[in-house]
Amino acid sequence: MTFGPLGFASPALLAALVALPLLWWLLRAVPPAPVIRRFPGVALLIGLRDETTETDKTPWWLLLLRALAVAALIFGFAGPVLNPQAAREGSGPLLIALDASWASARDWPRRIGRVQEVLAEAQRAGRPVAVVALTDPPPGETPLRSADYWVERVPSLTPAPYTPSGDALQGWLAELPAQLETYWLSDGLDHDYRAAVLDALQTRGPVTVFETSRPVMALAPPQLREGVIDIAAHRPAGLPEQEIEITATGRDPAGVERLLARGTALFEAGDTRAALELTLQPELRNRITRFQIAGERSAGAVALTDDALQRRKVALLTGREGREGLDLLSPFFYLRQALEPVAELIESPSVDDLLLTAPDVLILVDIAQLGEVESAQILDFVNDGGLLLRFAGPRLAASDIARAEEDPLLPVRLRIGGRTVGGAMSWGAPRSLREFAPDSPFAGLQIPAEVTISAQVLAQPDPTLAERSIATLADGTPLVTRKFSGAGQVVLVHTTANAEWSTLPLSGLFVEMLERMAVSTRPAAPTAELLMSAQWQPDRALDGFGQVLDASARPAIAGTRLAEGRFGPDLPPGVYRSAIGAIALNIGIEEMVLTPAIWPASVVVERDAVAQERDLTALFLTFGLGALLMDILAALWLSGRLRGATAILALVTLGLAGQPAPLQAQADDRLALQATNSVVLAHVLTGDGRVDDMARAGLLGLSRVLYARTSIEPATPIAVDLERDELTFFPFLYWPITENTPIPSDAAYAKLNLYLRGGGMILFDTRDAELAGLTRTTPEARRLQAIARPLDIPPLEPVPEDHILTRTFYLLQEFPGRHTGRDVWVEAAPADAERAEGMPFRNLNDGVTPVIIGGHDWASAWAVDEAGRPLVRLGMGMSGEQQREMAYRFGVNLITHVLTGNYKSDQVHVPALLERLGQ
Amino acid sequence: MIPPAQLRTQAEALAAPLPALLAQAEHLAASVLPGAHGRRRAGTGDEFWQYRQATTSDWGARIDWRRSGRADVHFVRETEWQAAQAITLWVDHSQAMQFSGHKTRPPKAERARLLALALAVLLLKAGERVGLAPDLPPRSGRAQLDPLALVLGTPPLSPADYGTPPASALPAHSQAVFLSDFLGDPGIVQEVVGRAADRGVRGALVQVLDPVEEDFPYQGRSIFESMAGGLRHETLRANDLQMRYRARLAERRDMLANLARLTGWQVLTHHTEQPPTAALMWLWHALDGAGGHRK
Repeated sequence: MTFGPLGFASPALLAALVALPLLWWLLRAVPPAPVIRRFPGVALLIGLRDETTETDKTPWWLLLLRALAVAALIFGFAGPVLNPQAAREGSGPLLIALDASWASARDWPRRIGRVQEVLAEAQRAGRPVAVVALTDPPPGETPLRSADYWVERVPSLTPAPYTPSGDALQGWLAELPAQLETYWLSDGLDHDYRAAVLDALQTRGPVTVFETSRPVMALAPPQLREGVIDIAAHRPAGLPEQEIEITATGRDPAGVERLLARGTALFEAGDTRAALELTLQPELRNRITRFQIAGERSAGAVALTDDALQRRKVALLTGREGREGLDLLSPFFYLRQALEPVAELIESPSVDDLLLTAPDVLILVDIAQLGEVESAQILDFVNDGGLLLRFAGPRLAASDIARAEEDPLLPVRLRIGGRTVGGAMSWGAPRSLREFAPDSPFAGLQIPAEVTISAQVLAQPDPTLAERSIATLADGTPLVTRKFSGAGQVVLVHTTANAEWSTLPLSGLFVEMLERMAVSTRPAAPTAELLMSAQWQPDRALDGFGQVLDASARPAIAGTRLAEGRFGPDLPPGVYRSAIGAIALNIGIEEMVLTPAIWPASVVVERDAVAQERDLTALFLTFGLGALLMDILAALWLSGRLRGATAILALVTLGLAGQPAPLQAQADDRLALQATNSVVLAHVLTGDGRVDDMARAGLLGLSRVLYARTSIEPATPIAVDLERDELTFFPFLYWPITENTPIPSDAAYAKLNLYLRGGGMILFDTRDAELAGLTRTTPEARRLQAIARPLDIPPLEPVPEDHILTRTFYLLQEFPGRHTGRDVWVEAAPADAERAEGMPFRNLNDGVTPVIIGGHDWASAWAVDEAGRPLVRLGMGMSGEQQREMAYRFGVNLITHVLTGNYKSDQVHVPALLERLGQ
Repeated sequence: MIPPAQLRTQAEALAAPLPALLAQAEHLAASVLPGAHGRRRAGTGDEFWQYRQATTSDWGARIDWRRSGRADVHFVRETEWQAAQAITLWVDHSQAMQFSGHKTRPPKAERARLLALALAVLLLKAGERVGLAPDLPPRSGRAQLDPLALVLGTPPLSPADYGTPPASALPAHSQAVFLSDFLGDPGIVQEVVGRAADRGVRGALVQVLDPVEEDFPYQGRSIFESMAGGLRHETLRANDLQMRYRARLAERRDMLANLARLTGWQVLTHHTEQPPTAALMWLWHALDGAGGHRK
């Protein structure tokens, strides 16, 4: 029974609503319960009659409240349900089939929720159920079990990063029982297996299909075209205009995964493709590991990148350079200038070394003769897919290499001597370049007018010369020639890599040509032959939700399987590696068409547009009970007995209303203000109240001494909670270490390290110097070790005699606190510190030591109460007071050192300065 | 056998109210200036009354030679007659007296006991004989104070709803003070006071009431129960009863006043919210006037 969106599980109970007017009448007629009062004057009352028989009426609002309460209870017990779903009234076994492909990952929780709802219905009807993910059909007969069994297992179902395979489904369908009702949660796409499976299921019983209305989207892998990344998203046809955001994720230099770039792409109304062009620095481009449609959780919405976007590794054989200093004449200068920003450049005079780094490109500049072994190595490199780029030059021209027959490491045969055009001793003008042919890798590049070639080596005319030349001069002589060799290629630029023979290296065209050649070393889309030629080791794999998982533990996959290309349990989308390089296999492809599933009329299709079923019983019952509680309060109030109840109510309200969060934020702001308005000494809270109090009192005492004796005028000390508070405000932290000091969290460590690197100083005080003298180590010292391990602390040494701490304000050699003796440790001086001429101390490290570690319990020695009286007794009589004075002096030196850094050690320069002044 | 610790606790609990009540009562008594309480005629006593010429019937030893030395005739020094009066107190210990309308006010019984003991302190100081009906016969001297305080400090709780004044045990020509709320049966009070008056007993009735009993501030449907639960009255609208209750209370008070007029007693209505001093002062003078020599 339903009223609008409201339905009732047991509508018969609603008949009780008829009783409401009756209740109203009853409540009006029956007087409120009498109040029993002890009253001695009752003797005088005996015999008095009430003048009217009508009782005090219950106020109308109380009546209304009670009526509402009862009505709410009646509604509650009638089992109200918002947006009730039509119940499946069938009987017999029920099959819940999920496509569970990547396309259904986008709203997977909704699907699982729907499965749970259907299971709940089946549970009520006591039907046997089978839940099957079509991407992973059960082997053999489909198990039919009670819904209880599945309720526990359904939440662990996850979508697969591929689509179901028709073959596997055929086998599964054959084993299905003959009578089944089917509830099919479709992913909304048309698949090749769809019709066959539907037929098979329809012969067994009715089929209901559930689809969500959110469109499927897929991201095609990025294409790099002339330095611009083209990336396109696809969706089914017939949808309204939609803007999507595509993000590029990769590792930053620190190795942390972060968002590197983002852009928006627009689907026009009805369009199926939205393209985005991203122009990124090559440096940034190389880092990108995947693109993703923002907000879309599905393997299809992720496009992993492979080598196609990666930065090339370029090896430069530098030869043995005799000349020095003439940079602009060096044949490598322009290459370095051009390649350094866009490629990883490796230089070495040894071919061996270069090839060990597995470069993508090997550049030989004006090298004619190579050793036999080197030649063989380079040839292997080329045949394995490398690019050998050679530049000509005087030496190549002078040599007789590749005269008679083609050298395997040169694309063409060369004529003796080369030629010079437009030189001082030759006829003609320097030649310019001809427009690049469309099939040339340089096609489309603009040729600046000032690029001229005045000398080059000439290719012998050959039948293959025309197809091998990829750039020619205006007169048709080849300038750049290329030949394929094995999986790689050999390219020869017939002129020099410096400006000796041509102005080409001076122009931007040089850079662009290099980029084209370097980038096109491997085709972006690997061919089937390439794939089949190797075993592929999975590196990273996608799960159905588009999460990138480490897949290096998976077994290697044969290239034939890769070439076949159909994703399955054995071949998830991801990045695969082999000797050839890494390739990314993505669900989305450039020519992708997403067709929505079309269902025959005989199938009932449910959409998720219908609001979710919601049980309102709890809501109504809560309201009813709440109203009854209100009624109690109201009745108490009416009879004047609410005083205690009001107090309780007020307390409860107060307790509920207490919102500590804004207070916290306010406190943080206060802390920042307090800490930055003036110099403030701070101590770290240890969690031990006594130690914290002492630290605070100690810093208070030190602050007062500083105020009195120096120009440092600190405000009241602040206690700092490492986990909560910002540390950057404080130049100095006093950190007493107890046996139970908690180890800070990772976030706190990050803060601490940042603090130390930013010039902060921490004084660690284990407060155990008197014990540490007796035993090798104390619990506090061990604790300190545990705490300090993740901190960024430099090597330490005991304070040397000439450390700045000994003379920033007072001249000291000891640093007593409550205890004396035992070393105090500071950052070690650099090994090469030397005593300056005529000075009693070495020229020590610049800057402030980031930590001072000791166990002298300085805080206790410094500690004073509010009235300025020392809190802790030191030693005996005057000597104790002297010790306290020395402790204060250490404190003054310490804070002066913190605030002024090493300026005292600059005194080593005083003689020089004086001398300079004297002039 | 009661273990010592328990015995001590009990004993202390028992003794606890005593000094407090006594101290309170003495403090209260001290605030009342004890006026002259003589018989206003010559007799045995300590106070000087008059010198008169000696007559022949006077014993020679009675002649005041110091006064006689200043004149030619002989004088006899007469002292005022200070016969000690017997005063019997009665405090209502019934359940009704345990009522207090508000937690800041003491129960009526407490106030009544305080007044009684304070009065006893005063009277004993003045040399009267004070007794407590029904158990303590009147005696004089401070020694009487202790038993008085003991009885008043740990009153024998009566289970009855309302107390009745003791019919007998009032010595003839003595004085009596009844402290009660007089909400019980008025007949008994009338009878006891009447019979006492017949025997020459005079005294005062102090009606101790809680303000609530005066105002009757109740509303709505209520069941009123007497303190012991013996009486019940149910009403649907307590507020309607207020005026009639007050009328009845006034009627009861008139009855007491009438009774007093007839018997020569005096009546005071004391509310527990008022300070006890005024009531004590009134009692002191009432006794003084009632029992003393009238001019």
